[in-house]
Formats: sequence, C-alpha cells, structure tokens
Amino acid sequence: MLEWIRQLGRGGFGLFEKLGRSNLFILKTLAGIPSVLGRPQLLIAQLLSVGVLSLLLIGISGLFVGMVLALQGYNTLVDFGAEESLGVVVALSIVRELGPVVTALLFAGRAGSALTAEIGLMKATEQLSGMEMMAVDPIHRVIAPRFLAGVLSMPLLAAIFSAVGIYGGYFVGVGLLGVDDGAFWSQMQSKVDLHEDIYNGVIKSLVFGVVVTWIAVFEGYDTVPTSEGVSRATTRTVVYSAFSVLGLDFVLTALMFGDY
Amino acid sequence: MKQTKTTELFVGVFIAAGVAALFVLAMQVSNLSSFSQADGYTLTARFENIGGLKVRSPVTVGGVRVGRVAYIDYDNDRFEAVVTLEMDGRYNQFPDDTSASIYTSGLLGEQYIALEPGGSEDLLANGSEIEMTQSALVLEKLVGKFLFNKAAEGNQSAEGEE
Repeated sequence: MLEWIRQLGRGGFGLFEKLGRSNLFILKTLAGIPSVLGRPQLLIAQLLSVGVLSLLLIGISGLFVGMVLALQGYNTLVDFGAEESLGVVVALSIVRELGPVVTALLFAGRAGSALTAEIGLMKATEQLSGMEMMAVDPIHRVIAPRFLAGVLSMPLLAAIFSAVGIYGGYFVGVGLLGVDDGAFWSQMQSKVDLHEDIYNGVIKSLVFGVVVTWIAVFEGYDTVPTSEGVSRATTRTVVYSAFSVLGLDFVLTALMFGDY
Repeated sequence: MKQTKTTELFVGVFIAAGVAALFVLAMQVSNLSSFSQADGYTLTARFENIGGLKVRSPVTVGGVRVGRVAYIDYDNDRFEAVVTLEMDGRYNQFPDDTSASIYTSGLLGEQYIALEPGGSEDLLANGSEIEMTQSALVLEKLVGKFLFNKAAEGNQSAEGEE
C-alpha cells in the first residue's frame, strides 16, 4: 500500500518535471527562432518535408471528407426539403471544425511522428551532443527550424483542406445529387462570416500547429536514446497530439462560438 | 545546388497554394464579397416581441437584402426590444415613415426584418429610429387565440340551440 502511494508520488513528480522541461524547451526554441530567420535555407528544407510532402495526404483527405459530408447532409436535409442549405452545412462544418481538427490529426500522424523519430534518432546516434561539442546549439540548428516550419505549415494545410473539402462537397452536391448551383453558393455566402467562421478557423489551426509541433519536437528531444525509446516517443507524439488537439478544440470552440 | 532550387520551388508552390486557399475561403465561401460595411449606416427599431430574431438576421425590402441585424438589446424602462440595423450604404433613400415588420421565411425558416417604405418626403438618416413596427407572430399565441375563439363560438351556438 505504502509502495503504491510512493509510486503515485513519483509519477506525479515525473509528470510535473516533464511539463517544466517542455516549457523551458519551448522558451529556448522561441529564442532560437531569430537565428533561423537569418538562415532561411534551413527553414525551407523543413517546410518541404513538413508541409509540401503532407500536401497530397491533406488534399485527398479533404476531398473525401467534403464529399462524405455532402452525401450525408443531403440525405438528412432532403427530408425537410432544405437541400439548398447543403452548402452552408458543408462549409460551416469544414471551416469551423473538420478543417483544423482533421488536418491537425493527420499532421500529427504524417509530420509530427516523422519529426519525433528524426530528432530522437539524432539524439540516439549522438549527433546532437556532437553538435554541442562543435559549439553549435542543436536547438538553434535542428529544433527551431522544424518548429517554425510546423507552425507555418499547419494553417496553410488547414486552409487547403477546407477549400478542397468545400469543392468536394460541391462536386457531390451539385454534380451528383442535383442541388441547385446558385443556391449552394449563395446560401453558403450569406451564412458563413469572414471574421466569425474563417478567421476563427485559421486561429484554431495556428494553435493546433503550435501544440502538435511542440509535442513532436519535444518528445524527440526528450527521448530515451535507445531504439525502444525512439519508438515510444513516436507513439507518445501521436497519442498526446490527438488528446491535446481534441481537448483544445472543445475549449477554443467554447471560447469562440459560445454566446456566454 | 539544383536540389535546393527544386526544394525552393516546391515550398513556394506550397505557400502560394495555402494563401490561394485562404483567399478562396474569404472570397467564395464567406460573405465578404456580397456585403460591404464600409459606407453603411445604422437604424434602430423597437418591437414588443422579436420572436426568434437573431444578430446577423437579414433586413430586406421587397425581398432584397439591404442590411442585417447588428445588435439586439432590451429597454428596461419601456419593456421593449431595441434592434439595431446595420444597413448597406447603397440603400439610403428610405422615407422616415418606413415601417418594419418581423416575418418568417418559410414554415421552419429563420426570422427576418422586412421594411416597407412609406410616402414621406423626408429620409431616414444615420442613427434614426423606425417609428412604425410590427412584432413577430408567435405561433403559440395565434393557436391560443384561435382555440379561444372556437370555444366562444361553440358556446354561442350551444346557447342558440337551447
């Protein structure tokens, strides 16, 4: 019994220690960002692997999410004779929720896990300590460009997801199911607000980008430098990212769209 | 060197695509293009009952959208709802005896404010109040009135037969 309570205490200490380490780590990373701007080549290389290579996954997922939404929405709305509202349903659900959230989850799986594995392996093969030996700060050289690339890529990817998804919904709704073309767009334009819906969606995706990339680079940097440690860190990145994205989404939605 | 050039190209295309997607969302999906607030003006109207009217509900004249509800407040002294209308600056020729009514679009649709211009020579200015208003129809009240009338008729005819 006593042993069990002690273990609980140790776990609690470990948790707070890790939280503290991750906060110190993000501060150091933020301090390293100006030095990245001086060397844009580092940033561009990371934007390629984090952003551009995620593009196909995000685009195809967005297309299918929009198509499924149109199909499901149509089947429900047609019972009420309100199938012209399909554009509103598709656009609002994608721009407000699915765009930022699904993009962040896919981003964590596609780019976040790769970041963790790459940085973890650098640590396991002692490349990071090698850099320190050569008086190169690995946080400036390795972590900060990756962090910045992730934060910049997420809103762009989410915007692409939303735009492609709405056109996917348009093809299914107007092309296949025969919803009126003009009503689809005009109802959408009258109900979707630039500030309320689109800006808030972009803010959401920016927040998710910071959180997911932070988790990914921190788990990689903080990994136990063995092959098992790297594999566990990669798993933790995806799991923690999913938890924090879904949890934060509720908090952000309550703050942005709640009327209280 | 060639490697970096293609990398830069891809990254450039990616950023351009992202910005273009944001632009599409702003112009095509949202109401930015259809409604400009730059040279708009505001009107107020008092209603006994606004029913299900909400902020951002449309304001129409003859079915054409000319503005939207910007703000809804309640006057504690006069026990009335005060609705602020944000009007499109292109439509600023309404006479000052214009009346405002709250209607419902369709059976289950949302509620909107319909303006009906009067015949006065003077125009409504920025910030002025629409004097003549008609409250929203509340379905329960109507049904209640109808049932009450029916019951009264039934009583009369029953009395007549005796």
